Amino acid sequence: MTFDTIIFYFFAAFAVVSAIVMITRRSAVHSAVFLITTLLATAGIFLQLEAEFLFVVQIILYVGGIMVLFLFVIMLVNLDVAVRQIQFSRQAWVGAVLAIALGAQVLMAFRLGSGAFNLPAASTRAMQPNAEQIGAALFQRYMLPFEIASILLLVAMIGAVVMAKRKI
Amino acid sequence: MNARILEEIQPFILPVIYAVVIVAVLPLLAGYIVLLERKVMAHMQARMGPMRVGPHGLLQPIADAVKLLLKEDIIPDKADKLLFWLAPLASVTMALLAYAALPLGPTFQIADLDVGLLFILAVSSLGIYGIVLGGWASNSHYSLLGALRSAAQLVSYETAAGLALVSALLLGGSLSMKALVEAQDQVGVWFIFLVPISFFIYMVASIAETNRAPFDLPEAESELVAGYMTEYSGFRWSLYFLAEYANMIVVSGIATTLFLGGWLRPLASFHQHLFGMPFEALDILPVLIFFGLAAWCAKLALRQAVPVQKFVMFLFVGLFVVLAAAMAWSLTSPLMAGIHGGFWFIVKVLVYLYGFLWFRFTFPRYRFDQLMKLGWQFLIPLALVNLLMVAIGLLLHQQFGWWLLWSVILANGLTLVFAAWLGSDSAKPSSTEAAVAGVGGGK
Repeated sequence: MTFDTIIFYFFAAFAVVSAIVMITRRSAVHSAVFLITTLLATAGIFLQLEAEFLFVVQIILYVGGIMVLFLFVIMLVNLDVAVRQIQFSRQAWVGAVLAIALGAQVLMAFRLGSGAFNLPAASTRAMQPNAEQIGAALFQRYMLPFEIASILLLVAMIGAVVMAKRKI
Repeated sequence: MNARILEEIQPFILPVIYAVVIVAVLPLLAGYIVLLERKVMAHMQARMGPMRVGPHGLLQPIADAVKLLLKEDIIPDKADKLLFWLAPLASVTMALLAYAALPLGPTFQIADLDVGLLFILAVSSLGIYGIVLGGWASNSHYSLLGALRSAAQLVSYETAAGLALVSALLLGGSLSMKALVEAQDQVGVWFIFLVPISFFIYMVASIAETNRAPFDLPEAESELVAGYMTEYSGFRWSLYFLAEYANMIVVSGIATTLFLGGWLRPLASFHQHLFGMPFEALDILPVLIFFGLAAWCAKLALRQAVPVQKFVMFLFVGLFVVLAAAMAWSLTSPLMAGIHGGFWFIVKVLVYLYGFLWFRFTFPRYRFDQLMKLGWQFLIPLALVNLLMVAIGLLLHQQFGWWLLWSVILANGLTLVFAAWLGSDSAKPSSTEAAVAGVGGGK
């Protein structure tokens, strides 16, 4: 067992455990905190794959940006009502059936496709330099899709402002 | 087996030592910055400041730390225990983590990441969780308001700070902190002289991001008692305090690395050897600075009436002479680059920190809508235009062979024109301000 493997299993276990804890908490703020730890552990796996840029972007965007706004909203919502309500418990058996079905599918995919993901190992430091390569891909090769996506986001943002604020 | 483990661990040994040094020294440093802050504030207000514990209050930080450690640790009854416990830890961990990519000298750096700057920004933006969660977990209105203000403020000013840093990145052409300093060495000037407006924007935004006066609204004592820290006491409170000062040092470190030339000494491109000395003439500056300090302390010591004070002041004279001697010795030693680099880095960080203190005692606190208006309506548009102009200037210099000075003057001049227009435009009261004025006037 190399040091790399230990680190991978550490992050993977961390991500899975905090994901489970996240969906079992009653308090929405606690759930948000454990979602943050899941995202951080995923970022750790990115870092281990030497995708430093993705690691940093994952932290800046998801953990540092989106989750802060999530928390912001959750804190302002009246949570006492939500905590007292019994949530979704009547559909528990539906959830169980769906979970078993999904688990069976994943297992089957693993069994049928074993060996299909056996890709040749990338040459060492093939991703270097990270930021430059992603920049070149986004702003040269995939310029048009990138711009379309940004315009879509802009439209969504303006739409949200228009809907939230009647009089501008 | 043992040899293999050793081989795997070997690249981690030096970084771990560096990390332990930083984590051990930083709390002490933060304590002394607090003392410095109180002293500077006192002198600006024509007072003496802490004088009782040790000569000139020099042992005050240690007394404060002992007091905080011994204080009763109170957790409010209806607080969310887990998060209340976790929040200060998150704050201080994230603040300390940012030091991993900060180069304190050409050799003293825990990890030279390819995306070092982004890493520092990412990690220091996580510090907000300590504040937001702590404010929420306290189950108090003042704390929650402080937390919300802090989150809003950080999200707003991070954009301006990021855009300001991008123009320095354009000049340096890298995201690695080390490469950015080396780029400044190659160009021969610090980036502050090429993009002064970016430096200004970053300075304002960094004060807002670290919740320092005049933007310390999350802990505004006249409105929110102590903001997000209201319910904290004792050791947990001191963790928040440590995180705040650690963050101040981090933003100073970023500004030093990107704009002030990192570990380079002033006039780094002046490589003359005078009088046949075996080292560059300007490398002697640190020695002269320490000798000057020793002489100044000796002058103070002679004027001291109290024998104990006199004795301690002479101890300081001795200390500075020893430091000067060490600097002089290192001039010809192979460690020269590391020691002198570290010296200049620390000097620049301290100068920037002094700016923080100076602003705190000079400007009155902003109102929250003024703060938001400054961020969104002035700094962010200015940062955007500045980035555009810097990019154009760089293009003219690199592709069309303009002289560097002309492109710098053109870029900054156009940005200043835009800033003047923006300033005159935003001087008119906005609808929010009119509403506030209306309420104030008993409408």
